[in-house]
Amino acid sequence: MKRHLISAGDLTKDDALLILDTAEELARVSERSIKKLPTLRGRTVVNLFFEDSTRTRISFEAAAKRLSADVINFSAKGSSVSKGESLKDTALTLEAMGADAVVIRHGSSGAPHRLANWVHGSVVNAGDGTHEHPTQALLDAFSMRRRLGGLEGRRITVVGDILHSRVARSNVLLLHTLGAEVTLVAPPTLLPVSVGDWPCEVSYDLDAVLPKSDVVMMLRVQKERMNAAYFPSEREYSRRYGLDRDRFAKMPDDAIVMHPGPMNRGMEIAAEVADSARSTIVEQVANGVTIRMAVLYLLLGGETA
Amino acid sequence: MIVVKNVRILGGEPADLRIDQGVIAEIGQGLSGGEEIDGGGAVALPGLVDLHTHLREPGREDAETVQTGTRSAARGGYTAVHAMANTSPVADTAGVVEQVWRLGREFGHCDVHPVGAVTVGLEGRQLAELGAMADSAARVRVFSDDGRCVDDAVLMRRALEYVKAFDGVVAQHAQEPRLTQGAQMNEGVVSGRLGLTGWPAVAEEAIIARDCLLAAHVGSRLHVCHVSTAGSVEILRWAKSKGWDVTAEVTPHHLLLTDDLVEDSPVGAYNPIYKVNPPLRTRADVEALRAALADGTIDIVATDHAPHPVEDKETEWSAAAMGMVGLETALSVVQESMVETGLLDWAGVAQRMSVVPARIGRLTGQGQPLEEGAPANITLYDPSARTVVDPSAFASKSRNTPYEGMTLPGRVVATFLRGRPTVLEGKLV
Repeated sequence: MKRHLISAGDLTKDDALLILDTAEELARVSERSIKKLPTLRGRTVVNLFFEDSTRTRISFEAAAKRLSADVINFSAKGSSVSKGESLKDTALTLEAMGADAVVIRHGSSGAPHRLANWVHGSVVNAGDGTHEHPTQALLDAFSMRRRLGGLEGRRITVVGDILHSRVARSNVLLLHTLGAEVTLVAPPTLLPVSVGDWPCEVSYDLDAVLPKSDVVMMLRVQKERMNAAYFPSEREYSRRYGLDRDRFAKMPDDAIVMHPGPMNRGMEIAAEVADSARSTIVEQVANGVTIRMAVLYLLLGGETA
Repeated sequence: MIVVKNVRILGGEPADLRIDQGVIAEIGQGLSGGEEIDGGGAVALPGLVDLHTHLREPGREDAETVQTGTRSAARGGYTAVHAMANTSPVADTAGVVEQVWRLGREFGHCDVHPVGAVTVGLEGRQLAELGAMADSAARVRVFSDDGRCVDDAVLMRRALEYVKAFDGVVAQHAQEPRLTQGAQMNEGVVSGRLGLTGWPAVAEEAIIARDCLLAAHVGSRLHVCHVSTAGSVEILRWAKSKGWDVTAEVTPHHLLLTDDLVEDSPVGAYNPIYKVNPPLRTRADVEALRAALADGTIDIVATDHAPHPVEDKETEWSAAAMGMVGLETALSVVQESMVETGLLDWAGVAQRMSVVPARIGRLTGQGQPLEEGAPANITLYDPSARTVVDPSAFASKSRNTPYEGMTLPGRVVATFLRGRPTVLEGKLV
């Protein structure tokens, strides 16, 4: 495995399977009453969050703590960053503190790549702009594998704002690596113009794709997209691309529904669907901690621990 | 009096030049007398003229000054530059353009011709006092809101019409602003993968098409800055076929570099050293631009020399400033992309980097053919040299070059401004 986890495309099939298998072992720890392992004792993990994302930050924090790492949470708000400190100076500060891994969430695509030039520790991308979110893709793959068995040949449909979605980019890359068949469904305005070059299928017609899906992953639609005229109205979006009860019924009986959260209930997903037994949405959260433990363990633990 | 021995005018047969009182007094064999300089068989070109330079003064003297920028120009073989108007304060009054013009005269490394803003403050709302700038000591003939597009069609029409009174030209930065809100790089395969907001080719092409039609309608001349797409080339070819008075420039970097460098380069992904406006495009665009420069559809090479301090580039991509320095590498990049590929000979290079830019800028003492009686604005260039680009050796105050560490052909040996050497043996005089 590479030293950093910045793009899901950095992972070979063996790398990805190693992370998923390691997560499977670590999942057993999470089921014990004492959830802690001593593996990363004395190592320092910095959570460097330039965007508010309590869910992702506490997931990484719990993962690092269960491996006994020291965790420093560095939130850009109220810090020197809000006073104009550059990403480079922040990186040099973390470097001086001896961070073994930096988990970075940043609003600018590519910020983790830049950070990796300035720190010696491992960089883990916890979401950069509209680029990637590789641990989300890994936890999604982990959740799918637990429900479906394997991913080879499975038909995964990802629905929503592909253009701005880091989750979609990472998922397309990782699922392709793992041998799944991905179909993206969105209004044409929310697909990159070059999506034809991606290793997946593309459709504008959700109803046609649903019966052929083993997994349907709904993406959050940001309210601000509506103001930028990507689609006429919330209601129209919901009618054409929302997963309501009627559409849910068109899915195969054993197909599952996923959502990376946070959800707009009633917009891209109906409440009944989100709460159904075939929804993995709550599992995804729990699996997030497990998969992030596996990533930190493999990047920091291993032979140098 | 200076005698320059053994140079090849436009790459022709070896000859000697006698320079006296600022003009080329004699061209011949075995000339002697006065100070003798060995040209070593270098190619002699008329002093280069840049129609598109950012000197940053007044306002951003941390990035460049008239002094450092013109030293950089001389090092690159230039004897005249047009200083863009997007300074602080903006060059939208006779006072500011005269200040820049006087600074250029004072330092004397090359002629400085200020470009006047088309609109007050580059705001795109009200015409600046174009006539006052034209009548000033700086004698402004090129007007541009470069960095911003004059996107209001009525304002653009009026500007094109108005400058006819003093034979001016509007140099348009063609970028439809609504189509490029938050744009970070060329919209295409790479931007889709990298999750960077796209700058679509149509945003340039739509404005160029509109402006060509406007220029034809009002019978004025239009110059299009930094053409970057194959589609723009097609529109310009069509406009020229109609006989319309439209000229266009291409930058050295758009002749050589492509957008995939943002994803994969020796300096790492998302390195803002490649962030520039208009953005680097695809290989197909580069090929179309080269062909267009060769066949005259694109008239000239202009550097869009855009200096930025280190801290404005050592950032995440979206926070970084757009632009690259270019004066000191322009001729080498043109050699690499146009001469080594057989698309242009040295006469063709002289046309596109000296003669025609001087004509568009209505400069009288620049861009003249190297013949007896012509002003001695001369660039001596050794095309056989190979140089590893080292930004720390630049005369420019800024180092934001995309060519660092690259081996490029050619080296400017000497530059003469009206008979006075500004560069000798590759070093500033």
